[in-house]
Amino acid sequence: MSDSSTSIQPLLEIKNLEVGFQTTEGIVPAVRGVDLTLMPGQTLAIVGESGSGKSTTAHAIINLLPGPGRITGGSIMFDGQELTSYSEKKMEEIRGRQIGFVPQDPMSNLNPVWSVGFQVEETIRANGIASGRKAVKAHAIQVLKEAGLADADKRLKQFPHQFSGGMRQRVLIGIGLSSRPKLLIADEPTSALDVTVQRRILDHLETLTRDIGTAVLFITHDLGLAAERAEQLVVMYKGKIVEAGPSKEILQNPVHPYTQRLVAAAPSLASRRIQSATHASASHALSDLEYAPTKVTEGLDLIAAAEERIEQQPKTKRPDAIVVKDLTKVYKIRGQGRGAAGELTASDAVSFSVEKGTTTALVGESGSGKSTVAKMILRLEDPTSGSIMIDGQDVAPLKGKALLDLRRRMQPVFQDPYGSLDPLRNIGNTIGEPLNTHKVGDRVSRKARVLELLDQVALPKTLITRYPNELSGGQRQRVAIARALALKPDIVVLDEAVSALDVLVQAQILKLLADLQAELELTYLFITHDLAVVRVIADNVCVMQQGKIVEAASTDDVFDSPKEQYTKELLNAIPGAGITLGV
Amino acid sequence: MSNNPPTQTHYVAPLEETPLVAIDTVNVGERPSNLWIDAWRDMRRRPMFWISSVIILLVVLVALFPNLFTSVPPNDNCVLSNSNGAPTAEHILGFTKQGCDVFSRIIHGTSTSLSVGIIVTVLTTVLGILFGMFAGYYGGWLDSVLSRAGDIFFSIPYILAAVVIMSVFSAYRNVFVISLAIGIFAWPATARVLRAEIMRVKNSDYVMASQALGVSRFRILLRHVLPNSIAPVIVVTTISLGAAIVAEATLSFLGVGLPNTTMSWGNDISAAQSDLRTAPQTLIYPSLALSITVLSFIMLGEVVRDALDPKARAQR
Repeated sequence: MSDSSTSIQPLLEIKNLEVGFQTTEGIVPAVRGVDLTLMPGQTLAIVGESGSGKSTTAHAIINLLPGPGRITGGSIMFDGQELTSYSEKKMEEIRGRQIGFVPQDPMSNLNPVWSVGFQVEETIRANGIASGRKAVKAHAIQVLKEAGLADADKRLKQFPHQFSGGMRQRVLIGIGLSSRPKLLIADEPTSALDVTVQRRILDHLETLTRDIGTAVLFITHDLGLAAERAEQLVVMYKGKIVEAGPSKEILQNPVHPYTQRLVAAAPSLASRRIQSATHASASHALSDLEYAPTKVTEGLDLIAAAEERIEQQPKTKRPDAIVVKDLTKVYKIRGQGRGAAGELTASDAVSFSVEKGTTTALVGESGSGKSTVAKMILRLEDPTSGSIMIDGQDVAPLKGKALLDLRRRMQPVFQDPYGSLDPLRNIGNTIGEPLNTHKVGDRVSRKARVLELLDQVALPKTLITRYPNELSGGQRQRVAIARALALKPDIVVLDEAVSALDVLVQAQILKLLADLQAELELTYLFITHDLAVVRVIADNVCVMQQGKIVEAASTDDVFDSPKEQYTKELLNAIPGAGITLGV
Repeated sequence: MSNNPPTQTHYVAPLEETPLVAIDTVNVGERPSNLWIDAWRDMRRRPMFWISSVIILLVVLVALFPNLFTSVPPNDNCVLSNSNGAPTAEHILGFTKQGCDVFSRIIHGTSTSLSVGIIVTVLTTVLGILFGMFAGYYGGWLDSVLSRAGDIFFSIPYILAAVVIMSVFSAYRNVFVISLAIGIFAWPATARVLRAEIMRVKNSDYVMASQALGVSRFRILLRHVLPNSIAPVIVVTTISLGAAIVAEATLSFLGVGLPNTTMSWGNDISAAQSDLRTAPQTLIYPSLALSITVLSFIMLGEVVRDALDPKARAQR
């Protein structure tokens, strides 16, 4: 017992916590024997993939488990009180007053029909922080000011839809901290936000909690983010803690194979490691990186994948596969007020080119127009002006047969692995659809091709008769990739193709994409919001902001010497900046 | 199990307690499943599904082969001395005012009621799918035209409309005309349900994926959008079959339905109303046949809806 040496009592002490979900087949365990200790004023992060039980653990503390969830064993001691024995009424007194909570999705956690001020005041009244109309209002203004909103008194009267995502999350953090709780639970507080906003919000949260002296329990899937923001790290896997301890120690010396896998697969860490290596050696070669992938991390290691990819790249200059010139798209939108119609320039004179067999990443935050550009290149949207040349051919006038031929050479993979496959058609039919549409071969040869494709994306052949709902997210994305490759295209447009996946699966898919590129000489247009992923997959980067390309250069140049302020901001927002890694 | 509190120290769980599982594996041991297979597996386990299906099957059998169930002809051998007579061993449900066998009339009236139900349902489903499908998928002016047309039909209660139509075409009262009269005003409900569903499904990523593959718009509609939108229509259809049978009975009861010479439950109920107190069997049994049949269809519809709606399934 290490904490017996310190005289301070732990603020939160969880012992052997068990949480299960009641189903028709009995209780399914979600958290299995978790031990946790959090000292006052400390920050502790629970890291894990979806289904690891990290959120369930956090929700169990304040007894806000969804529907059929039950605490089935163990104890939760908070500030000398045993929370598991508390009634619902007593828990209500703890929640908000002593333990604040910041939820995941700022978009759905403010009631759209009430003004923001009303909702802040409601919390203040409910927690008995202030009473009397004037005092409550004064306090509400103070909360919003603390949350970092300018002209807070005007903002009080506004409604949630008039706030951006980041501002809403500020309000929720403000509400969570309004009663000066001893503990704040933040459940993926910035996962739904853009990276630059994420950084500002977390900085703000850090300052606030340090000033008040609030301990923070931080739930996240991003190991880099967790290590950057918390002194203590707890890694959860399938309802159990696999590794816990000081953040830096864990990152530098991961012992459990699962943690090793996570460290190897986290894009933010990989990009940081590549960065520090190229800086240290000043020669831009990844092979200088002293890093030996171990057996447990095989096929998951992003650095190894990036290294391999670079090695396989021929160094000669090749012709351009995609040339985009002054591409502009203007949407007509309904404006404010009666009959007013506005215009939204989603893509503003975008120009770039992609060399055959290379990867160009189009990076930007939400609303930057990167997906609009992708859709125009795929001819799913018509450009307002500008031109797109594919293999030297202008695609704008293409119709009918010629358009079909173009589609054959260029295939997309979309973000949502749950939405991009028709749930009523089996995997064989889904992968075979492009072959049927383009009337390639006969029935037998089509089936052979489908089996070959399944093999190419490392899926078992037996999947051919299965339906999408039986597959995991990563497998669905493999199916989507197989479908895209069915017609042997030259160009694949990957629209946030790995963004919705867990890190380990994401690493596998990135590796698969790199392997396929080497094998089939594919040209990738990689659309993403995650600059860290770009570091390991792309040769060139175009950074987009508000419909314009603000910076375009090779990946090394963009990472090593960003010219634009915005690019610098994006780079700084990759978590894990201040961490020295053991490799 | 008592582990050290994982604070300050670097705690690592023993590997044997937390074995690594292969990333991203699939369980291919089970049989393939999709929405429809799952729904079937779900329905199969419910007694309500079997009860209603057996009743419906029985009703269909009765309609097709009435003579298997009764040897007494419904209209011949009617003896007025038996008027409103009590049940006997041979005539288990007694006699009507005209001295005909109640049981036999119910059995022989089944095919009329069921035919009306089926024809109306086919009509409303076909019209509803056509209108709903094109309105929802193509949108724009076509949607405006089709939806407003639907709204006009929807704003008139279909029973009222059928009463008017049947009064106008009183010379042509038969099963087809009455089905047409009911069906022509009942389809907008189906169209609306389908339109909403199509509008949701057409924005799916898999539709965009197919579009990017070069699949034509109409083919996408038939191959991807419609099959994924049809589930709620099936529910509406099953329930509306019962409603159509009721509508026929209502029209016949009001005297604007089928002519007296056609045997139907509605006509029997209509004829029995004056003798309710003296001979309740003449009213109760045809009504019971109607209620059980309609209830079976509605129950089946409920079961199908529960099985097709994953949300309803999760809550159970």
